[in-house]
Amino acid sequence: MKRRHLSKKEVEHIAWLAHIELSKEEKELFIEQFNDILDYFKKIDKVDTEEVQPTYHVLDLMNVYREDKASPSLPIEEALKNAPKKEKKFLKAPRIV
Amino acid sequence: MGSAIQNRILIGLEIHTQLTSLKTKLFCSCSSDYRGKDPNMLVCPVCFGIPGALPVLNKKAVEFAVMAAIALNCKISKRMFFFRKNYYYPDMPKNFQISQYDRAGGVPLAVDGFLHIDVKRKRKKIRISRVHLEEDPGRLVHLGPIDQSPYTLVDYNRAGIALLEVVTDPDLNSPKEARIFLQKLRSILEHLEIFDGGLEGAMRCDANISIAGGTRVEVKNISSFKEVERALSFEIMRQKDLVEKGLAVERETRHWDETRRITLTLRTKEEEHDYRYFPELDLVPIVITNDFIEGVKDQMPELPEARIQRFITTYNIPQYNAEVLVSDKALADFFERCVKLYNKPKEIGNWMMSDLLRYLYENNLELPESKITPEHLVEMIRLIDDGVISGKIGKKVLPEIILTGRLPMQIIEEEGLVKVTSRETLEKIVDRVFAENPKAVEDALTDEKTVHFLVGQLMKETKGKADPQLANQIIRERLEIIKAKGRP
Repeated sequence: MKRRHLSKKEVEHIAWLAHIELSKEEKELFIEQFNDILDYFKKIDKVDTEEVQPTYHVLDLMNVYREDKASPSLPIEEALKNAPKKEKKFLKAPRIV
Repeated sequence: MGSAIQNRILIGLEIHTQLTSLKTKLFCSCSSDYRGKDPNMLVCPVCFGIPGALPVLNKKAVEFAVMAAIALNCKISKRMFFFRKNYYYPDMPKNFQISQYDRAGGVPLAVDGFLHIDVKRKRKKIRISRVHLEEDPGRLVHLGPIDQSPYTLVDYNRAGIALLEVVTDPDLNSPKEARIFLQKLRSILEHLEIFDGGLEGAMRCDANISIAGGTRVEVKNISSFKEVERALSFEIMRQKDLVEKGLAVERETRHWDETRRITLTLRTKEEEHDYRYFPELDLVPIVITNDFIEGVKDQMPELPEARIQRFITTYNIPQYNAEVLVSDKALADFFERCVKLYNKPKEIGNWMMSDLLRYLYENNLELPESKITPEHLVEMIRLIDDGVISGKIGKKVLPEIILTGRLPMQIIEEEGLVKVTSRETLEKIVDRVFAENPKAVEDALTDEKTVHFLVGQLMKETKGKADPQLANQIIRERLEIIKAKGRP
């Protein structure tokens, strides 16, 4: 029997954090899928990492910097092209509180 | 407020300061000069987090942040990372903010610092738990109060501007201490020339407050160090009121509403772990070498504490005056420019400490917002020293200069305020004062205080324009003559 890592409540919370509404069926589906994914990742837990330093980056690079010099930004039409709602030059979003 | 009660107030601050001397944002080359610009003019694919766009760290931002960390007596990390702080809120177009984190293996730029503040002439150590770099979110425009606005307008020009976050331990015990701390921090960052606190919204803070019998409450959206005292006082009052009524103070996040001057519940259900911090893989680790730190140290300008000492030794002004002047870089710079023009530090300091500061304070102005320049103040002090006007007239003229920026000489001439130094004129006025105050004249023969009264009357008659020394001399001469005549 598979162990459930995530409850329905937790899935609902994750949906709330992502501002996504889920139907009853979708919730069931996501509970299954999330738990499958977590089961799969459980395999990693078996590896002994006691002596291993955490890896923060796979590239052998550090200190990639940019000089503090300005270059042109996007034209306003470009900038607002993907906004579903706008007002004058602002993007329009729902009330936040 | 009694100290017993005050001691039970614990305040910790989380201060966000824009590194306003930078020309570009933290991770892209968009200009950081966003004030007064039309909305959404200064944005690019990196600001928006469009797939494929890669952030690249501004080197100068790291230099500035390291400089601040040194000045705040912090331990600077040898290696640091950036993390993503995930949240859905329209102020960040990416749905995450690139920040730093001190948990989950994260390492912020610097930790374990401190600042001393002076409270009632006593030195107090305020611990700083961390200093890090992150992006400023965009600007949200609400129509009316935040909880009543029908929708939100978003301007991303500010999104991605470099912010320095400074977090203190809960070592502050009153709203006043919080203000003093912020003022000191501001002065240090301004002396480092990485920050201009005169710019609107350049320094903002959140505060954690708890009182005895309560719990920790976070107040967000405090927009300046002028507001901090007000916001904290309100919140403490609210919490005390609950405790006194036997009600529970709830652990929550509240929003400071500057217009209504109250704090509001933010009804957010997000907790720290909901931010799902994880390393920002679009940015590589940053290694801060000793050479880098030494290089930054070499470029560091004079810090406030050193400047206070220099003011005391070089200009021979009292320690208190030096501290007040240096508490605001604009004031200290003004003072030094004056002294360069006219080598009378004591007089200049006194005028600034008393009349100039009082006027600014009473009118809630900062020095750069007023019209007075060092040239103005120096000219005025010269006019007094040269005997053209009296000190009293100087006091009268100063607010006019601050308000209008007119030259002192111009004001004096137009308003006929030149000092009366003519012996003949003053003698006539003395005759009149003596005739009007026979009783006082009689008393003045034996009582020094009444002599001052007569001088005061004469000053009143001349609207403060009489040369005080000459006036004094004439009155004393007259009194001698009367005495000599043998009158009682």
